Amino acid sequence: MTDVRLNMAKVEAEAAAPPRRRPGTALSRERAAWGFVAPALIAIGVFFAIPVFAALLLSLTDFDIYALADLHNVRFVGLQNYERLFANPLFWGAMKNTGLFAVLGVPLSIAASLAAAVILNARVVKWRPLWRVMFFAPYVTTLVATAVLWNYLLHTRYGVINWAIASVGLPPVDWLGQPENSIPAILMFVVWKIFGYNMLIFLAVLQTVPDDLYEAARIDGAGAWKRFTNVTLPAIAPTLLLVSIISVAGFFQLFAEPYVMTQGGPAQSTVTVLYFMYEEGFKWWNLGSASAVAFVLFICILAVTLVQLAVAKRMGAYE
Amino acid sequence: MGNEATNVPQILPEFERLNPGIKVDVQALPWTAAHQKLLTAYAGDSLPDLSQVGNTWVSEMAAIGAISPLPSVAGDLLTDQFPAVLETNRIDGRPVATPWYVDTRLLFYRSDLLEQAGHGAVPQTWVGWKEAMHAVKRRAGADKFAVLLPLNEFEQLLTFGLQGEEPLLKDEDTRGNFSSASFVAALAFYKSLFDEGLAPVASAAQISNVWTEFERGWFSFYFSGPWTIGEFKNRLKPETRWMTSGVPGPTGPGASAPGGSSLVVYRSSPRQEAAWKLVRFLSDPAVQARFNVITGDLPARESAWATPSVADDPYIAAFKGQLSRAKAVPKVPEWERIVTEMQIVAERMVRGEYTPEAAGAEIDRRADRLLEKRRWMMERGRA
Repeated sequence: MTDVRLNMAKVEAEAAAPPRRRPGTALSRERAAWGFVAPALIAIGVFFAIPVFAALLLSLTDFDIYALADLHNVRFVGLQNYERLFANPLFWGAMKNTGLFAVLGVPLSIAASLAAAVILNARVVKWRPLWRVMFFAPYVTTLVATAVLWNYLLHTRYGVINWAIASVGLPPVDWLGQPENSIPAILMFVVWKIFGYNMLIFLAVLQTVPDDLYEAARIDGAGAWKRFTNVTLPAIAPTLLLVSIISVAGFFQLFAEPYVMTQGGPAQSTVTVLYFMYEEGFKWWNLGSASAVAFVLFICILAVTLVQLAVAKRMGAYE
Repeated sequence: MGNEATNVPQILPEFERLNPGIKVDVQALPWTAAHQKLLTAYAGDSLPDLSQVGNTWVSEMAAIGAISPLPSVAGDLLTDQFPAVLETNRIDGRPVATPWYVDTRLLFYRSDLLEQAGHGAVPQTWVGWKEAMHAVKRRAGADKFAVLLPLNEFEQLLTFGLQGEEPLLKDEDTRGNFSSASFVAALAFYKSLFDEGLAPVASAAQISNVWTEFERGWFSFYFSGPWTIGEFKNRLKPETRWMTSGVPGPTGPGASAPGGSSLVVYRSSPRQEAAWKLVRFLSDPAVQARFNVITGDLPARESAWATPSVADDPYIAAFKGQLSRAKAVPKVPEWERIVTEMQIVAERMVRGEYTPEAAGAEIDRRADRLLEKRRWMMERGRA
């Protein structure tokens, strides 16, 4: 009996506890919340905030090969790295190339992945899992392996692409040897490589669009294109924004593709900002000015993203 | 690195047989990434025991203190070597690296075309050489050229510049000396070859295939190093006659920059003694002569040149003379960057933006800016 009474008391106490404890435990709840986010915050601090701050400091010094030998050889130079950077024509060339990659590549890759997603989402398509795997495979394949493969595809004399061009009677194109062709050539490769990832995101969100909306539109007499622009696009607008932000950041950080395929050439036509930074930092070992490049790039990406957000807000993509 | 890394395992079993207990582990690096990888390895404290190092990088590796100085017992490795190469490897008066194989650039030319133009051999002065080039061009036609000087390569102009009496850097290598009379003369000579239609205004990327163009006589003189001997032997048709010749200078046979690779033992290595044993093995004249047969690399030890396989190759003969006239380039870590800037200015000069005098001054301005840190270090007595 005592056991039961004890238990009853416990139950009563527990039942009464929540209302009593609520005002007093706001603090401890907050503490618990901090506890939960602490691992993430510590990781961000150690792997993001501290390195970024260190890079900012580094960009104000002339850390170079002499400093590697002896730390006393580092000097604080203020904004000199930035000044020299802005006076360097190769840096502006790299900015221009990166801008070109982003301006052409972002819409291209989004269009490709959206088109693939819409087609795969259609009921009439058979073997859908197979197609999904095929479209997604390039994204998960090692970059260097695919780049080597594309070097063959793009080969001037023996490449499949030029063979196709020649079979319709056009002259062959020197894809990776001529400055004016190298950016389109690399763009083709990059878009092919990454569109599968965005396609998956689009596929996921397309499946959340309710069918009755399409039905209603069809009853109202909307054709396929009308249904796409008036039902699909508004429904996936927030995702479109997310994908465009990720793509812009990705294209601004283009490095491995030109590094593997062209080494920045021909005539420095595929030197991107990140490639320029790599050469400055690891070829010439001017870590100070390489950090300055990194910061300029960071600010550029931030600015473009803010503009994208503002545009999206005006268009009502998110609240 | 590159070709050497592919082929050195062929000769190492003999070393391992002679030195039981030492096992050599070869790590191959591509030439294009080797420089970065070595510096990164230094920063990350993961250098190998010893490595091949391009001769132009020796000063840099020494400046950061990565290289172990030559022990006194290894002194004899430095005998029987080309003086200019040794000079490149001497930092602050101390030798720090052992030359392994050598190269330098000289002229490859179409002996048949030169003969048709009335010259038996390449004249050894700038004036005479230019006359010969005009004669070749007259025969070849207006749409062809005499010499290929790719505008994105600094080696050709550097060769002409080295031939002058005045050094390329002054004030203990802390300032550019590119507006000196002798360098401006080199700039003017270089520019005149383009202005007079003897060299095409083109960069290497625009010439799709050097061998085909050389074969067609699009140009008859080509600046390159020993590796081209093998390429020409393999790729040119047998009836195309060509030869090598020393580089003409302002007043007689001219100098050129010594290249090639040296072997260095790193300070961080715990196996110094074994590492030096391997250096000694690879420096042995007989081993070097064998390595020449395998790779085509020219041996660093002069006595290895007497081996029949080296001595009987007619194309190699000119290299020996050229190497004895080689002249070391300034030994500052910034050198590679300075010559890169030099060539950027030179290309603009060829395209008409500068006169030779103005180009010299502009190169000086850029070199001085690159050397600013070095001047500061010198003032503090640290360099």
